[in-house]
Amino acid sequence: MLQRLLGGGPQSRKKKVLLGGGALAAVLLAAVVVGAMRGPAEPQSKGTPRSMRLLTQDQYLNTVAYVFGPNVQPTTRFAALPRIDGLLASGAAIAGLSDAQLETYQKTATKVAAQIVSEDSRPYLIPCEPAATDAADPQCAKEFLAQVAPLLYRRALSEEQIDRFVAAANQSADALHDFYQGLSVVVEGILMSPNVLLVAEVSEPDPDHPGETRLDSWSLATRLSLFLWNAAPDAELLAAAQSGALQTKKGLAAQVDRMLASPRLETGVRALFDDMFAFEDFNRLAKDNTIYPAFTGETAVDAREQTLRTVVDHLLVRRADYRDLFTTRKTFMSPSLAPIYKVAAQGPGWTPYEFPADDPHAGLLTHVSFEALHSHPGRSSPTLRGKALREVMLCQTVPRPPANVDFSKVQNPDGSVKTARERIDFHLQNPSCAGCHRIMDPMGLSMEAFDGAGTFRHEENGVPIDTSGNLDGVEFTDIVGLAKALRDNPQVPWCAVRRTFAYGTGTPADSNDRRVLEYLSAEFAGQGYVFPELLRDIALSRAFRKVYEPHLRKTFPLPDLKSAERPQQTASAEPASAIHP
Amino acid sequence: MKVKNLSRRHVLRGLLNGGVVAVALPVLDCLLDDNGAAWAATGESLPLRFGTWFWGLGATNRIFVPQKTGAGYEVPSQLGPVARVQQHVNLFTNLNVFRDGEPNLCHYSGWIVGRTGKAPKTTAEQPGETLDITVANQIGRTTRFRTLTASATGDFRNTVSYENANTPNPPEISPLEFYTRLFGADFQDPNAPVFTPSPRVMVRRSVLSGVLDEIKAMEKTVGATDRQRLDEYFTGLRHLEKQLDQQLTKPEPIAACHAPPSVSMDPKMGVEVDMVQKRHRMLTDLMVMAVACDQTRVFNMAYSNAQANTVKEGYEKPHHTTTHEEPIDSHYGYQPQCAYFSSRAIEEWAYFVEAFTKIREGAGTLLDNMLIYANTDHGEARIHSLDGLVAFTAGRAGGRVKTGLHVDAGATGVTRVAYTAMRAMGIELPNWGVKSNMTSNAFSEILA
Repeated sequence: MLQRLLGGGPQSRKKKVLLGGGALAAVLLAAVVVGAMRGPAEPQSKGTPRSMRLLTQDQYLNTVAYVFGPNVQPTTRFAALPRIDGLLASGAAIAGLSDAQLETYQKTATKVAAQIVSEDSRPYLIPCEPAATDAADPQCAKEFLAQVAPLLYRRALSEEQIDRFVAAANQSADALHDFYQGLSVVVEGILMSPNVLLVAEVSEPDPDHPGETRLDSWSLATRLSLFLWNAAPDAELLAAAQSGALQTKKGLAAQVDRMLASPRLETGVRALFDDMFAFEDFNRLAKDNTIYPAFTGETAVDAREQTLRTVVDHLLVRRADYRDLFTTRKTFMSPSLAPIYKVAAQGPGWTPYEFPADDPHAGLLTHVSFEALHSHPGRSSPTLRGKALREVMLCQTVPRPPANVDFSKVQNPDGSVKTARERIDFHLQNPSCAGCHRIMDPMGLSMEAFDGAGTFRHEENGVPIDTSGNLDGVEFTDIVGLAKALRDNPQVPWCAVRRTFAYGTGTPADSNDRRVLEYLSAEFAGQGYVFPELLRDIALSRAFRKVYEPHLRKTFPLPDLKSAERPQQTASAEPASAIHP
Repeated sequence: MKVKNLSRRHVLRGLLNGGVVAVALPVLDCLLDDNGAAWAATGESLPLRFGTWFWGLGATNRIFVPQKTGAGYEVPSQLGPVARVQQHVNLFTNLNVFRDGEPNLCHYSGWIVGRTGKAPKTTAEQPGETLDITVANQIGRTTRFRTLTASATGDFRNTVSYENANTPNPPEISPLEFYTRLFGADFQDPNAPVFTPSPRVMVRRSVLSGVLDEIKAMEKTVGATDRQRLDEYFTGLRHLEKQLDQQLTKPEPIAACHAPPSVSMDPKMGVEVDMVQKRHRMLTDLMVMAVACDQTRVFNMAYSNAQANTVKEGYEKPHHTTTHEEPIDSHYGYQPQCAYFSSRAIEEWAYFVEAFTKIREGAGTLLDNMLIYANTDHGEARIHSLDGLVAFTAGRAGGRVKTGLHVDAGATGVTRVAYTAMRAMGIELPNWGVKSNMTSNAFSEILA
């Protein structure tokens, strides 16, 4: 806090040194006088594109659960979204709609509606009882629909619109001789609405900045809410949008702080990291039972959960340094994970767990979720792991493998090859392979300390594993050394800022966002890499609510952080499968 | 006499308005001929159907490509299972994919050219309209589903069907969900003695029109690219309306249609070959009955993904890794484990084809009234080659295609097979494909 009072970001600290210690009081006073409680002002930017996104499956399910209660949980599977610049959230802005997807929407809507009016649920979910269950009751229908429809539409609805829903409910109730069935038909219709299933942002002229456009209040409320909660706005946020408070500095800050303090934040942060870490791959993860008998379907589910629990605990509960996620020994353990980690059986259920100080398990890279996910069903893969480290943790893109490589020169027919290091040594001997494999293999081979299921090991086929390597010039001898090197790599927090900003605004970050991202990164550093502060800074930034029409945008790939001093990488959508083992 | 002339829908609507919710209608036996083919009796010809099948990493050409061409070719060992259906299929070998200066995008360029006719520049460039959609837009608009797509990989991101660059058709990966979608509560058995239209469906239909109005209002507020997606939304809703209309209409009897036994649980998740085989067969059996019941006339099935990730229990290398790392056996002259995986894929191709021959339709089988096109991503997988590719067709497309032939394509383009298939399906295309992959040269040897 004191740091923030003194100016927060690195640039203002420099100013303080120039001014000398004696001037501290004057600086403080000046800060109070101008009301500048923060570091340097946010740089001017174009803002972000106004977009139309598909509401994702989780956003839909979370919203339905918040509006109708946690028991309303339809089973469904929305179509896969493309991963754009590292995020499915960005893919939602371009994904098209097939007939099959509309069918899924309808089936899901039917399930939700049926659950709401089921005899068990109606006493809790419908705020009134109809005069007769076998006939229309306009008053009761209106009471219910006026309450839930705005929450699903994410905006206030006109009296006429509500009346149209009520009329439809009455008509259906009359036709079916059932008040509740009539109501459920209307709920189905609402849940099929493009206004519900598509997040089409609306802009308006910004009265404070002539010539610029900003999101209108409803669109801003939705952008905030999808960002922080991964769900539609609640009634209070919609009220702030309706009153106009959300478009004031104070009103916006009050809502953002309320949202950050809400239990829904955990759901939002889990969704962000699940997306960033490409955990949807867990949906198809299975291991070879004969090679890894301890790895079951439950292990895969728990591996994902373990990392998300660790992320939430570290970032939200402890408000610890983001970078320490890559070295922390604090985590959670479940009965199905214990045998993989070779620790005493835990449980029942989840228990907090801390690995000893000399243990090779330190940070997210050593979690089963990383090591097993980026492996084959029957063996580990230094290349897949090195690629994931570059792309997921450092926001870099590893180029695709070259074509027409004759592998007959590099196959190992004699069976004397025992370890992955020997097996993939040919990558570095072949010039067409070496260029890319040099950026993956040196850290991938260090992770050979874990087998394909994520269990720590000292040797492979009876031969000790050499886990030495380097990451961007930092040498290390073992996996813990790699974890530390990653933790200290300046690209790590830069990547987090870039992905979080793109996730929040709904479209990939590009060169237009560069100065804003640098500003947010400096703030993040100045605040000791406390993640909720980053969320707050992004949500309150002008770039978050200032929008422009996408076709005006001239984009260039976003290069790495300047200070990282490494060859420029290009950003593009590459399928994760497009890589050698 | 045609069923549709009875105007049952209108009659039923009248009844429903009067509060009657169940109406029994007699089976129209007069429509069934000796083979039980309703269409024959209604004076309409049997419908033509089009399907595709996909497998990754090609074949082991050394033990796959027959020496002889034409009819009665010998069957090398890896082609073995195809012997069971040899008279129903055509085998194409020695096919090329032309890159036209674009990179060889491993596991991508090959199958994309085979299904869209165009070599992609990058893997970020999505395929665009695949040939099944071209065909479906012509012949698939009257059925409950315009197309059905399934994948035995267990990964719902593996699809071989694209409406356009941003709209892949999501595949069915779960036999349980596929069964429910096809034969669950919304299925109308065309041969059911009692037809009971749901009053619920009628009110649902009326609510949908309100939703269509909302799209029109939204179109005014979004940009041009997003308007296209709203159009897709609109089209999807129209499709749902049509499905509801069909549910309110007594269907014409179809003798070949027998709703399969219900699927109560899914097979185990995983990419081990036996698991994939089980999933593939369950999905295939459902697909066959979906076609027999005229739920769709266009369908796609993927056995494995491009760059197949199939594994063998106890063997650490997945299929793809094996192609790179397994030494060529000096005795056999090929990679034996890699060949094992390819053989398992070919076994499933034979199963797929055979499954359609088991349904009687008209004077022949279901397969006689369809054409299936099967393709893969590479020739020799070991070096990611884009030459020496193989492909199949199966079925006689209602007599338009001759079968039982092995055609050596003489290093011509893989697009010729797809082009020939589309021509056989009655798609009027003077040519198909882009640059070197463009062809107007159908395989005349298989066209009847």
